[in-house]
Amino acid sequence: MLRNIALWIDERLHVSKLFESTAGHTVPASAGSWFYVFGSGTLMCFVIQILTGICLAFVYVPSANEAYTSLEYLNFQQPLGWYLRALHFWGSNFMVTIMAIHLTQVFLFGAFKYPRELTWISGCILLLLTLGMAFTGQIMRFDQDAYWGLGIGAAIMGRAPIIGPNLVHLVLGGPIIAGETLSRFFTLHVFVIPGLLIALISLHLRLVLAKGINEYPVPGQEVKKETYAEEYEALLKKEGVPFYPKAIDKDLIFSGLVMLGILVCAAYFGPKGPRGIPNPTYIDTVPAPDFFFLWIYAALALLPPYMETFLLLTAPVVGIALLFALPFLSNTGEKSARRRPMAVLGVILIALILGTLTHLGTYSPWSPHMEAWSSDPTPVQYVHGRSPLELQGALVLQNKQCRNCHSLGGEGGLRGPALDGVATRLTRDQLIRQVIQGGGNMPAFGKNLAPQEVTALVAFMQTLRPANVPAARDSTVKQ
Amino acid sequence: MATNEPGSTRTTAAAVSRRRFLFLVGGALNVVAATLLAIPVIGYVFSSFRRNVASQSWIMLGALENFPENQTRLATYRNPYTRPWDGTTSNIPCWVRRLTGEKFQVFAINCTHLGCPVRWFEESHLFMCPCHGGAYYDDGSQASGPPPRGLYEYEYKIEQAKLWVRGGQLPTLSEPL
Repeated sequence: MLRNIALWIDERLHVSKLFESTAGHTVPASAGSWFYVFGSGTLMCFVIQILTGICLAFVYVPSANEAYTSLEYLNFQQPLGWYLRALHFWGSNFMVTIMAIHLTQVFLFGAFKYPRELTWISGCILLLLTLGMAFTGQIMRFDQDAYWGLGIGAAIMGRAPIIGPNLVHLVLGGPIIAGETLSRFFTLHVFVIPGLLIALISLHLRLVLAKGINEYPVPGQEVKKETYAEEYEALLKKEGVPFYPKAIDKDLIFSGLVMLGILVCAAYFGPKGPRGIPNPTYIDTVPAPDFFFLWIYAALALLPPYMETFLLLTAPVVGIALLFALPFLSNTGEKSARRRPMAVLGVILIALILGTLTHLGTYSPWSPHMEAWSSDPTPVQYVHGRSPLELQGALVLQNKQCRNCHSLGGEGGLRGPALDGVATRLTRDQLIRQVIQGGGNMPAFGKNLAPQEVTALVAFMQTLRPANVPAARDSTVKQ
Repeated sequence: MATNEPGSTRTTAAAVSRRRFLFLVGGALNVVAATLLAIPVIGYVFSSFRRNVASQSWIMLGALENFPENQTRLATYRNPYTRPWDGTTSNIPCWVRRLTGEKFQVFAINCTHLGCPVRWFEESHLFMCPCHGGAYYDDGSQASGPPPRGLYEYEYKIEQAKLWVRGGQLPTLSEPL
């Protein structure tokens, strides 16, 4: 009976034919490898994001006035609201991460070469759209980070010549960050970008079916435009297997693990934020972006100011253009990473750059520690046995907020050099000059320090050296 | 184009050209309708390009005695272009520095580097930014770090013993206050 119903439906819908031509398409047996599981893993994350996103939209209110309250409601009142928020947040982390791995694997396996250029390009657009989801999603968590994150975005766009002001007004939906800004980003996050994602994923999969999955690269087997199609055809004839049921096993295992990973992370770490009411008059805030944008945040602090605007406006364009142009710059030839040392080097270099910048972004050494002057104590050994003048200097150092940028005994800001041992590097005259005139990224304190304060401060700093290291001395003065 | 049906080639050609005609009319109709649809949609989405409402206006910050001489204080105002659902996002802070008498400097809260909120430190007479380490002197000029210029300054006036500033938009490098 059931079988008859199924057959009746199949006869009309042609489900089994569709299944055969998609899930059942022939792939090279070598593609059933652990390296080939990241695409489907990313797709699995996307499915989870859609599911949890729809659930969150049942409760979330996309209004500048209500968004924060509705997030708190989700966290604390709505049954399992915290868990759905956590799943959506961790789903996004997993999706960006696995997508980055997928991109790296595809690059190292030369899968972008002839005839799969469009597969690569559609994948690049998917990457940009996913990052767009990550950024707009961060705005949905409408807290202080979201507010100032929008401010940073507006400030970057405001640097564009001529179109800058109009661009800012267009993105913010008005002259300033307010209600319409959130509505705009909600529309992007919930309608526009997901719609484009679904369309592009369809195209991406269509291209995988049309041009076939990349065979596991063999060193020495070069891609030639004239012969590749025949060779691939022959390979499929010789050792082709249907994706379902012969090559899907590892994808299934990986997808399952990804899903479990998201479930466990969400349960253990919980949702992120919201962190502070989006009230711009609460200025005691240290805005920071989510994990995947920390490297940009770090780069923005470290770029030399004279090239900053130029790089901010051109680097993304050039970077994206290079990404899109890759399959045309390297269209044929070796696929195997074993024969492409520059590609491997490039991946290592980019990973090191992103890793270092992200690591720096987690503790932002370029930012003053706003509370250091009032909360970090002066180490005992630096006040022990000091003269009254030197003790007065220690007070000046604390009260004038030097500690916000300079650390003592490992506590304080990292913006300027640590002051432990400063007397071994600078003479008395140099210390006075540096304090009064500043320079080398230090503001001048001449106007804000009385002469006696400078005297005391410098007297204290001259004591800051290890007992067995001599003080710096002026080479032009005879000892 | 040849058909097996009986009849002269003339009628076939006429039928084809009639079909062709209807196709062209249908196509043109859709193009016209789509254009008519696109005009309001584009006008709606890009309405921010039409600045028929000036984005700046005079805002009262408070009585003069709220701002002691030689001090810098945080003042807040409600953004003039607000909508009922803006909530707390339309409460905008700014730094008011009163030099002497009626001489003021009113700074936007936004760092000129990337717009983060700068904080005033009375003791060291510096504005410091929490994001990328920008610092400014008490007169708003750049002291250190990545900011490309000094703090954005509001235009101000004094009327009825009250301090007014001209504000309403987010200051950026290409469109300062």
